[in-house]
Amino acid sequence: MPPELPHRATGTLEELPLIGAGQDYASVTETISGIVLTRPAPPAWYVGAGVGALLVGVLLVAATWLFSWGVGVWGIDIPVGWGFAIVNFVWWIGIGHAGTLISAILLLMRQRWRQSINRFAEAMTLFAVMCAGMFPLFHLGRPWFFYWLFPYPSTMWVQPQFRSPLVWDVFAVSTYFTVSLLFWYLGLIPDLATLRDRAQPVWLRRIFAILAMGWRGSAAHWFNFEMAYLLLGGIATPLVVSVHTVVSFDFSIGLVPGWHSTIFPPYFVAGAIYSGFAMVLVLTIPIRKIYGLEELITIRHLKHMGEVMLATGLIVAYGYLMEAFIAWYSGNIFERYMMWNRMFGHYGYFFWLLMLFNVLIPQLIWIKRVRTSVPALFLIALSVLYGMWLERYVIIVVSLSRDFTPSAWGQYAGTIWDYLTLAGTIGFFVLMMFLFIRLLPMISMFELRGIVPRRSGGPTS
Amino acid sequence: MSTPPVSHGLLAEFDDAKSLLAAARRAYQAGYRRMDAYTPLPVEGLAEALGIRRTWVPLIVLLGGLGGCLGGFFLQYWIAVMDYPINAGGRPLNSWPSFIPVTFELTILAAAFSAVIGLFALCRLPWPSHPVFNVPAFEQATQGRFFLCIETRDPRFAAEETRRFLAGLGPREVHDVPA
Repeated sequence: MPPELPHRATGTLEELPLIGAGQDYASVTETISGIVLTRPAPPAWYVGAGVGALLVGVLLVAATWLFSWGVGVWGIDIPVGWGFAIVNFVWWIGIGHAGTLISAILLLMRQRWRQSINRFAEAMTLFAVMCAGMFPLFHLGRPWFFYWLFPYPSTMWVQPQFRSPLVWDVFAVSTYFTVSLLFWYLGLIPDLATLRDRAQPVWLRRIFAILAMGWRGSAAHWFNFEMAYLLLGGIATPLVVSVHTVVSFDFSIGLVPGWHSTIFPPYFVAGAIYSGFAMVLVLTIPIRKIYGLEELITIRHLKHMGEVMLATGLIVAYGYLMEAFIAWYSGNIFERYMMWNRMFGHYGYFFWLLMLFNVLIPQLIWIKRVRTSVPALFLIALSVLYGMWLERYVIIVVSLSRDFTPSAWGQYAGTIWDYLTLAGTIGFFVLMMFLFIRLLPMISMFELRGIVPRRSGGPTS
Repeated sequence: MSTPPVSHGLLAEFDDAKSLLAAARRAYQAGYRRMDAYTPLPVEGLAEALGIRRTWVPLIVLLGGLGGCLGGFFLQYWIAVMDYPINAGGRPLNSWPSFIPVTFELTILAAAFSAVIGLFALCRLPWPSHPVFNVPAFEQATQGRFFLCIETRDPRFAAEETRRFLAGLGPREVHDVPA
């Protein structure tokens, strides 16, 4: 490759380029804005959006059935009162975390490979948090009273209980969604201005003009913009860590064996990033293929995501190991029984599947041929997504079904409505992602302009 | 009372960031102050070259964050101690360690809102009808060209002399910006 590519100057050992050698301002702008403005959607887009829309229909049916009859249509009962709803909530919110990690933490670390995937990953965060938010609302039983969770001057003269981690969760998740939305919108403004200046139909120009708020790329504005963007990255970083920490408090503040553990916050945060990167890979790989974006989202991006997955996966594996070790080392009969039951009890096969999908299969990323192979990364990412879902199932269902007193034990299995609701939220997520890539620039144009090769007029010197 | 200017200024169009940066430095040296540059991506050092020394964004975010922190804690204190006191397992009414997570989240929320709203206020956005949009070629400012605008309100601005000065900086073209 030509020696003037800017990434050669970063001093990494990496030889794979961040962006195709022939790219310049015009080609970056044309490729990315063309997807929104001029190119007709490829057939695969209609297939993807169609499947998503179909599953959204399923979600509407499942939610209607649920609202008509109540949460009894799900498999939940005492002792397992949380079941699929909370498994899916934790799974989805964890998936969202990769978006913030890519946009905020990698921004602070000046990792330039984030620039091709951050917009996309931030959108993924928003939609994943929407999916996550549905489950606690559905699980409320009377979701139309959700606003009772917020402090407001009510005529009933009652207020939320701020000593409860469930109230912390409300604040953590709603703050997370709001801050992610602000961060995403702020980063979109310069690109919306590009779309405003390129769109042909007047009505479309007007819509983008309103959304772009009159952005004109003034040097004074960029100066403030970069500072605001950096600070948002700086405050989103502790936020993303706090959100999954608070989610883990939902468990660890409780006394149930298998929940009441101080390792939960770091282990949950690592697991969240793990599944989130897996979801970014699962989405990126087909979309770069459908839209021919291999020049902008290169194999190097995919490889780095695989490496982050491997690193966070090892932290998660360490978490499993310590859970087992502490259960044994504590000498506490309930903890020891919990661990034995988790491995060899009624739900034992879930545990071994979890070990297979979440711990063993991802170790393949150590092999260079695997982490630079697109299909292999795709399959490993699917394995991680399934594994992380199993992890939450094991933590929630196995622990609740066998607590301290055998007389309180019970069994749990999801019903068809549990599965349909989960499938429905996956469809909602897919549909929203496909709409997003059709309606907004899925890659940040202004940030990619910053890494185009110098001989094409790029700013890097 | 002076008549309002019929022109906003003169806009020089450049091909790349380097030429724009050099032009901005030269214009600042030549004594021009009321000017602005327009670029499709942030250009390092450009704001400094134009004489912009500081940004108020960090202070606004700090104040917003502090407000969120104090307000968030007080909200919980007021509810738990004054408005709706509940004895939960003999814990003190002001069980402040339990109030930390929500205080933290509200700190972040307020800081984020002040970053975004503060940015818009400092940039005076939304402002969809700025005079530079009157130049047809300006649509390239969000795509791949770089612009330097010397405004008529600059005390050193003199139509012919400034145009000659800008033309000497090696632009593609110098445009009139109607007000």
